[in-house]
Amino acid sequence: MTEILRAAATDLAAAIAAGELSSVEVTRAHLDRIAEVDDRVHAFLHVDTEGALAQAAAVDADRAAGKELGPLAGVPLALKDVLTQRGVPTTAGSKMLEGYLPPYDATVVSRLREAGIVILGKTNMDEFAMGSSTENSAYGPTHNPWDLDRTPGGSGGGSAAALAAFEAPLAIGTDTGGSIRQPAAVTGTVGVKPTYGGVSRYGLIALASSLDQVGPCARNVLDAALLHRVIAGHDPRDSTSAAAAVPDVVGAARHGDVRGMRIGVIRELGGEGYLPAVEQAFHDTVELLSAQGAEVVEVSCPSFDHALSAYYLILPAEASSNLSRFDAMRYGLRVGDDGEHSAEQVMNATRGAGFGAEVKRRIMIGTYALSAGYYDAYYGTAQKVRTLIIRDFDAAFEQVDVLVSPTTPTTAFRLGERVDDPLAMYKYDLCTLPTNLAGNAAGSFPVGLADGLPIGFQVIAPPLADERIYRVGAVLERELRAQWGGPLLDRVPALNGKQEQR
Amino acid sequence: MSETLVDYDTAVAQWDPVMGLEVHVELNTASKMFCGCSTAFGAAPNTNVCPVCLGLPGAMPTVNAKAIESAIRIGLALNCSIAPWCRFARKNYFYPDMPKNYQISQYDEPIAHDGWLDVEVDGETFRIEIERAHMEEDTGKSTHVGGATGRIHGADYSLLDFNRAGVPLIEIVTRPIVGAGERAPQIARAYVAALRDLIKALGVSEARMEQGNLRCDVNVSLRPSPEHELGTRTETKNVNSLRSVEGSVRYEISRQAAVLDDGQAVHQETRMWQESTGITTPGRSKETAEDYRYFPEPDLVPIAPDADWVERLRATLPEPPAQRLRRLQKEWGFTDAELRDVVNAEATGLIEETVAEGCSPAAARKWWLTELARRANEAGTELSELGMRPKAVADIQQLVEAGTINDKLARQVIDGVLAGEGTPAEVVAARGLAVVSDDGALSHAVDAAIGNNPAVADKIRAGRVQAAGALIGDVMKQLGGKADAAKVRELILTKLGPGA
Repeated sequence: MTEILRAAATDLAAAIAAGELSSVEVTRAHLDRIAEVDDRVHAFLHVDTEGALAQAAAVDADRAAGKELGPLAGVPLALKDVLTQRGVPTTAGSKMLEGYLPPYDATVVSRLREAGIVILGKTNMDEFAMGSSTENSAYGPTHNPWDLDRTPGGSGGGSAAALAAFEAPLAIGTDTGGSIRQPAAVTGTVGVKPTYGGVSRYGLIALASSLDQVGPCARNVLDAALLHRVIAGHDPRDSTSAAAAVPDVVGAARHGDVRGMRIGVIRELGGEGYLPAVEQAFHDTVELLSAQGAEVVEVSCPSFDHALSAYYLILPAEASSNLSRFDAMRYGLRVGDDGEHSAEQVMNATRGAGFGAEVKRRIMIGTYALSAGYYDAYYGTAQKVRTLIIRDFDAAFEQVDVLVSPTTPTTAFRLGERVDDPLAMYKYDLCTLPTNLAGNAAGSFPVGLADGLPIGFQVIAPPLADERIYRVGAVLERELRAQWGGPLLDRVPALNGKQEQR
Repeated sequence: MSETLVDYDTAVAQWDPVMGLEVHVELNTASKMFCGCSTAFGAAPNTNVCPVCLGLPGAMPTVNAKAIESAIRIGLALNCSIAPWCRFARKNYFYPDMPKNYQISQYDEPIAHDGWLDVEVDGETFRIEIERAHMEEDTGKSTHVGGATGRIHGADYSLLDFNRAGVPLIEIVTRPIVGAGERAPQIARAYVAALRDLIKALGVSEARMEQGNLRCDVNVSLRPSPEHELGTRTETKNVNSLRSVEGSVRYEISRQAAVLDDGQAVHQETRMWQESTGITTPGRSKETAEDYRYFPEPDLVPIAPDADWVERLRATLPEPPAQRLRRLQKEWGFTDAELRDVVNAEATGLIEETVAEGCSPAAARKWWLTELARRANEAGTELSELGMRPKAVADIQQLVEAGTINDKLARQVIDGVLAGEGTPAEVVAARGLAVVSDDGALSHAVDAAIGNNPAVADKIRAGRVQAAGALIGDVMKQLGGKADAAKVRELILTKLGPGA
């Protein structure tokens, strides 16, 4: 049982393909684990026991029939609740969509199904992915398995916590400003935001369309790469999806090698506001890469100083428009429809009751930023900053193959610590959001602990060169596991047995 | 609640009208602008819908290439420049029949811009400058049930049908039309008619105003003279026929002149054209109008039409309207005056199609400009929307030429065709309208007429052949009009003439 829960997805799939384990067994083991620990972790908003077991049985039947199975077939996965899954409750962490059953599958979900991956359920998240701690979920926060009093990051805290709590070996996240990488960093897991356009957004409930990207979450580099390959590739339903071939991420993950690779340390992402232990772990990791044959240089991206401001104009602007559709007319929550009130009054009442405080804050900021007379000063200027950030990246990638930085300035903070200080919360994404503005690829890998809490290391690659992230990640994983004598997650506190209090 | 008006001639003597016209053209693509749903008209409510056009969470638009092609062809036909790179934009406003509560449209980067269209009014050419033609999606359709006005306020409940949501539209916007003077209403009408014909010739839309394929918003303002700056304008919506275009411009000129003559200011507002009463009424005030918060649509990549493609599309354009008119005049042998009447009656295309069905140009002109124009006028509709197909007109003329019916009977055939009784031949058969061609019966009727009118007969015998008219009338009366008058006359003269 413990072996199944701790095994790599790749190994589980191999065992299933070899007939040593059935997908139903593996799936049931994870469902049991969820039943055992999720009252304390709260990684899941919905567990689809019946659907998952049916999918698992179908994989087992395919195997019995002699059909060829994909490299992750039969392995369970936790799906962030921002992707539509036909007939399965999909809320995006909001009261607005409580009880909503989508009539169609997101493209990513279709691809998971085709690959024989078993979807266990939907994971918790900040409402409409707005947040950095999963505390903005309308259904209560997720707890970090490393310390249940701390946040697992956000917005995809549920997916990351599910991995760290051994509730699922694979997960899907979405990343608008760091929502895959930042939770990965503070839970000691692996998370990659592919190049913008690398994975279809069709069926992803949009936060900010020009920033959102779906990506893989896993406990090791190869699992992440295999999952990346399953979900990536052109989708005619998403006009912004790249027509280019999927980068060879799996090959890169299998053959981690940084010899001769030029690695750029971003000068602006460090210093004041960064936890000394985080900075120390970062420098140690850079030295490790250097020792492995990489050429390390320092690069400057001066426009990054304005990235946070630009991000918090572009994101709310797009979000204010994307969230307009939640109006009680066709689906979701409806408040005040008593036959006396007008459609407009019902819309207002519903949006007032259905959206949480952070969502309302961003809708208001975004509406303001797009208003006539303010557009140029806010949205227009932010787009110019965005262009400058892209130029900074372009200039840096003239000199180096990848860029590196800490994933987050600090380790996981305590639940409740920053809920009343939105700016402090926003700053948590300082290192991750420039890549969303530029559209390039980035990943986070675990590189150590500070006071028992995981530290993440971010690797950034140029657009459509996602494989470079895995090349670096595989080297880090190999070398650090050798140092640690096993995966970092071996040190996560056990959550076994139902806890009495709490 | 009609408002004070100034007599039209007085108004245009004192004020210089300036117009702007916005025409929405519904394209005839098989599928919608941003999804694969059918655009078929008349399906059961909410059956031609999918996650995309319903605005379901997570759904994303993809562009219909055929709609882009149609937009470019319209732009080229209007002598516009085609943008080498442009984007869609979101127009944000809340309304229950807008699935996403924003409309995907174009804002400051239209696909076509800076063109013109020449129109003819009373034989003179007037150039309408086109500011832009851009692409957008249609909204769903609301039906407000209960309440007095049929509008959302006061309704008991509203029904929403999203079949129309996402149907592709092209909006064509003119620059301010100046220098029209007293002919402003006619020029506005002539422009919309010319645009309709052009769109039809392009084959990109059914272009039927009565079905809403072509919808028009009319902006009008007045100023004391062309030297003055533009006055405050009103925008009149719901202008959905050529007569309404003309009527709404005329009405607004008279109404605004009265406001200005009274020393008041014209309110910048949206007004509604009332088809039944022929007036405009105030809609929502523009001062409180919403800020649409346009921004580039991040779910769609920019459109960059390849220059070669644009040139290939240019090669598919129909003949330019002015050139076509000159060619037709030559082919038909019409005088300038005759052609002007045809153009004024908006019958050029109808005559062209009738001639193509085998009718002579002169006969086609006769039917469309007299009998059919009169009926359209009586019915208060456009000639093209009367329900008479060019093929039927050609058939009627053929029946006349074959002697099966006469002109008088032809009018009854037209009645039958318009009443939906079938083709002209079917109407002739069903109503028993063919002329009496049985010589025996005709001869008998002529003999009876001579017997009934001995004095007239004597006059004819005395050589006053023009008196035959009275006898022809008698014969027609006996045969219920179903006789060929020329043949009757011939028979009478044979019986009573010098040779008899």
